Amino acid sequence: MSGLSDKLSDALADRLGDRLSDRLPRLRVPRRPSRFPWAPANWPTAIPMPPPESRTGSDYETDWARRYGVRVARAAVLDGVIRPLVHGIIPPVVEGTDRLDGVKGPVIFAANHSSHLDTPLLLSVLPRRFRHHMVVAGAADYFFDTRLKGAIFAFSLAAIPIERTKVSRRFLDLAAELLDAGWSILIYPEGGRSTDGWGQTFSAGAGYLSVRTGVPLVPIHVAGTVKALPKGTGRLRPGPTAVSLGSPITPGPGDDSRQVAQRLEASVAALADEFRTDWWQARRRAAAGLSPSLSGPDVSPWRRSWARPPATNRNRRATSSPGAGSDTPWSRR
Amino acid sequence: MSPRPGFVLDVDRSTPPTLMWHGEGFRLERLPAGSRIVYPAEPFEPIEDPDFAIRQAVENPMGDSAPLSALLRAGMKLTIAFDDVSLPLPPMRAPDIRQRVIEAVLDQAATAGVDDVVLIAALALHRRMTESELRHALGDRIYDAFAPHGLLQQHDAEDPANLIHLGLTDQGEDVEINKRAATSDLLVYVNINLVAMDGGHKSVATGLASYKSLRHHHNVHTMQHSRSFMDQRHSELHSSNWRMGRLIAASGVKVFQIETTVNNDPFPEQFSFLAKREWEWSLRDRAAFLAVSASLNRTPERIKRNIFNSMRSPMGLTSVQAGEVEAVHAATTEQVLREQLIPVEGQADVLTMGLPYICPYNVNSVMNPILVMCLGLGYFFNMYRNKPLVREGGVVIMSHPTPWAFDPVFHPSYIDFFDQVLSDTTDPKEIETRYEESFATDPWYIHLYRTGHAYHGVHPFYMWYWGAHALAHLGRVIIVGGDSAAVHRLGFKSASTLSDALEMARDVVGPHPSITHLHNPPMIMAEVT
Repeated sequence: MSGLSDKLSDALADRLGDRLSDRLPRLRVPRRPSRFPWAPANWPTAIPMPPPESRTGSDYETDWARRYGVRVARAAVLDGVIRPLVHGIIPPVVEGTDRLDGVKGPVIFAANHSSHLDTPLLLSVLPRRFRHHMVVAGAADYFFDTRLKGAIFAFSLAAIPIERTKVSRRFLDLAAELLDAGWSILIYPEGGRSTDGWGQTFSAGAGYLSVRTGVPLVPIHVAGTVKALPKGTGRLRPGPTAVSLGSPITPGPGDDSRQVAQRLEASVAALADEFRTDWWQARRRAAAGLSPSLSGPDVSPWRRSWARPPATNRNRRATSSPGAGSDTPWSRR
Repeated sequence: MSPRPGFVLDVDRSTPPTLMWHGEGFRLERLPAGSRIVYPAEPFEPIEDPDFAIRQAVENPMGDSAPLSALLRAGMKLTIAFDDVSLPLPPMRAPDIRQRVIEAVLDQAATAGVDDVVLIAALALHRRMTESELRHALGDRIYDAFAPHGLLQQHDAEDPANLIHLGLTDQGEDVEINKRAATSDLLVYVNINLVAMDGGHKSVATGLASYKSLRHHHNVHTMQHSRSFMDQRHSELHSSNWRMGRLIAASGVKVFQIETTVNNDPFPEQFSFLAKREWEWSLRDRAAFLAVSASLNRTPERIKRNIFNSMRSPMGLTSVQAGEVEAVHAATTEQVLREQLIPVEGQADVLTMGLPYICPYNVNSVMNPILVMCLGLGYFFNMYRNKPLVREGGVVIMSHPTPWAFDPVFHPSYIDFFDQVLSDTTDPKEIETRYEESFATDPWYIHLYRTGHAYHGVHPFYMWYWGAHALAHLGRVIIVGGDSAAVHRLGFKSASTLSDALEMARDVVGPHPSITHLHNPPMIMAEVT
């Protein structure tokens, strides 16, 4: 390259004469640095190139989002921004936090899912000892399909990627590791939001995780969010919501994951029934195995919509939760 | 994912420049198309629970040994010997594996009610360890419990009162070792195996021996007939140690050997690019390389040395086995070779290698020219089985600054060896015949060895013998980027650049040489066919 600058200078001297060219600054063409290590090295032709390492979807790394500094920042956002917004826009009624009294360690929260509002709602109302030390299983193909989205949701919701269609080993290993480290997990066993307000069949993933780790499952029923922000729409309609927490389900020695998943689904159905009626009626129906199904009648779509239960129970005392989020138990009627 | 094995890369025009160590620094060198580069395997996953593995090993011994707990009893005399500061390299992050193993042994000794316990650093003719080095190797708990009472000792190969002559091998070799160790009811030896040469009978027969005993295998004849000394099947050094070890066992010394292997993971996170293949360097690796290189170029030598000497390797335990020496060592060697052995087809005309800042004998000090020779021609050249990576009459090109610098505290006899002996001759046989005796018996060197932190007077001779096989095998040795005067004193040629060195090599091996580059550390053992 320096040869090129010399040639240019010599050519100039020929044209202008030596005296004039002496007065001109010497032309300098900057030397171009060799590319490596300034740029990535060539991949040797003799070495087969492995497929590019995926860093999105279920392969997105979320370790950074659980570091102390990030947790503090997230807690500030959660308590300072998200929680006031939730209480202002979709004021929740919370029941059953007393059922978590005495539960010290990590738990797996499993809730029905019908809206993007479910997660901020739950993160706003769950007891503080859980919600600031909790990760949320988010669909890998939706929340982590780009690194930017992954970063946003990993930060704001402490989301970790889960595949909807299968129970992946990577997720289970990570979830087990986090539970072992004292983190609780919020998981939606239906695998995605409801399309019509009725529930969907629970997959066995949450049950499997509970059986594998011995960590109790806490069933949660969420109501009202489907009306505020249903799937497929971007328009938010403020309105009341309700969250009911059930008794923890601890897998027994002989339980398999499918049995536990069925118990979980039955518990959420009983909570839904309890929300619409009262505790005693719901208990009796649950004991008889007659709790109304979460997934609704197997009829045409319009009849399913027609038969959909009300989003909130107006007959019940709609009390916003002063103690929600604290360790103060919610007093049941 | 299991670690990827080592391999040989054929260099073509697409191959990126190759990282070469250069003392307390490194270079990126472009090798000619057609060269080969031997890359090490990725490090094995370490054992998750090393303490459990150690307890399992000592309670399930190999060979005809009883479990350690069955060998311990109240009233017995127990000696625990351990490898010195020369292992591992670089020193590992605390807790050192010796600490873990010795604490496990002492736990059992305490349970059995053993009162008479002495710990001995198996130095052979190496320098005595400093307090901080002992604390690092053993941990504060052990150091504070034993050192103040004189129960943490360093082997003294020049203390006639604490040596015992056990007899002669069938080859007439004297076996004289540490008396306390030999007269104990049980001698537990705690070893770290970094390369295939370490461990086995060599632990006691060399580590706890006297000069009278060591000279039978630390000599030019043995080294020239060890092809290589890393290959137990063809190592005269190994055979001699085995003869001595068997005589030690036959003399009634009960040895319970605990050997450990660590994974090939020598560099901490900030230097992880040193162990990666160049085309897999991430943006962070490249940034780290550029930042480290630029910083080192502007850093005084002494500070650079301090930076590197403070490096602690993250290496982890990959295996631990205990019991009878030979059974244990067979398993240990297998584990070491599993990680380090790489098949290489054919010898090259020219072997190139970058030498790092450290070898077993300059921990916490400068690598003087004699140790440069020892590391390149003693260790790296001998990292082969079957035949050397370079053909007979070939050329070795080493990259190292080779400063004319010595540590006067650690290496006093090296200074005189370099000045007086190498200025006269570099022929190992002649050196051995004419000079060894006077250095080995020099009272001043012996005094420094026994009371200070100096290597024994004869040690620089052994370092020179270590390269004797290579010196006899090679047509020329060239050092790139070295101090010319020091390089010439070693009897080698000096070159400014790798290109110059290759040009000089062509004078010896012809105009179109085949070239093999040894991309280590991490350690590589080549199986040359």
